[in-house]
Amino acid sequence: MTTTDPTLSPTDSDGARPDTGVGTGTRGTRIIGIATIVAMGWLVAFGLGFSPEDRDQRESVRLLYVHVPTIWIAYLAFIVTAIASGMYFFGKKHALGWDRLAGASAEIGTAFVAVTLVIGAMWGRLTWGVFWQWDARLTTTALLFVTYIGYLAVRRLDGTHEQRARRSAVIGMLAVLEIPLVHWSVRLWRSLHQEATVLGTDGDVSMDGLMLFSLFVGVIAFSLLYLWLVLHRTRVMAMEDLLDDRGLDDALAARRAEGGPVDSGPVNSGPVDGDRMQEGAL
Amino acid sequence: MEDAGFIIGGYVLTFVTVSFMSWRVLRAGKRLGKQVPDADKYWL
Repeated sequence: MTTTDPTLSPTDSDGARPDTGVGTGTRGTRIIGIATIVAMGWLVAFGLGFSPEDRDQRESVRLLYVHVPTIWIAYLAFIVTAIASGMYFFGKKHALGWDRLAGASAEIGTAFVAVTLVIGAMWGRLTWGVFWQWDARLTTTALLFVTYIGYLAVRRLDGTHEQRARRSAVIGMLAVLEIPLVHWSVRLWRSLHQEATVLGTDGDVSMDGLMLFSLFVGVIAFSLLYLWLVLHRTRVMAMEDLLDDRGLDDALAARRAEGGPVDSGPVNSGPVDGDRMQEGAL
Repeated sequence: MEDAGFIIGGYVLTFVTVSFMSWRVLRAGKRLGKQVPDADKYWL
């Protein structure tokens, strides 16, 4: 039923609101997005301006306000991936929402590790004189990066959404075990990389107040960015999965229409590609 | 500032990377949002 009253919201013929065609944004994500931009502005102001130079590292310490938060948030992202993978794998409903959260979080974490590695190489060039050393911390971080590239590659393999979720959940739960190895690599092996300044085992924080505050601003900025990205990416994945399913339904309907009336007798022909790929979904 | 090229370059590289990621995810959301009915968007 349609209405002619201009004070009422427009409705379609079924009385439901028409589709607005809006994307993944909501009031909440817009607030987080604005907060992220403000926090990033603060990070630039404190990281490049207000923060003093370090006694030993001089100006290169400014790179650490990006380098350290990005790897911490990457650790957080991979822990979220592992927890969401576990929720999917061991949950009674095997809800695909958990799988999408795991995938979105891993994508963002992998990008953050890439940033960590590049900024770390720049810091290494200024501090050690070289971009790269096959040092324990650097090597284990590179291994972590490659592992999650593999995780993302597995997610893109052919198969149903359930197959994708099962395969990647196993990898997501195992890959997270690399994080303690990366974090404690500087203690386990003789490493060129410095030990933890903030999250050390003795609990002491050996940083100047303004430096620590700049690092804190960086952590807040990248945490907000992670939250904003993971919300949007999870919603994009939900729509991709939905359109995937709808495309499959349409293809099956077209195939059935081509075949005419369905014969209930035995079928000797082997499965065609589309049927074999999607049999789990049927 | 000593080594300004590396330091400012590092910040620029970081912001270009995260801006590109953000733009990509927003663009995908807008494109797919036109094809999916609102009833299927659980966040609305």
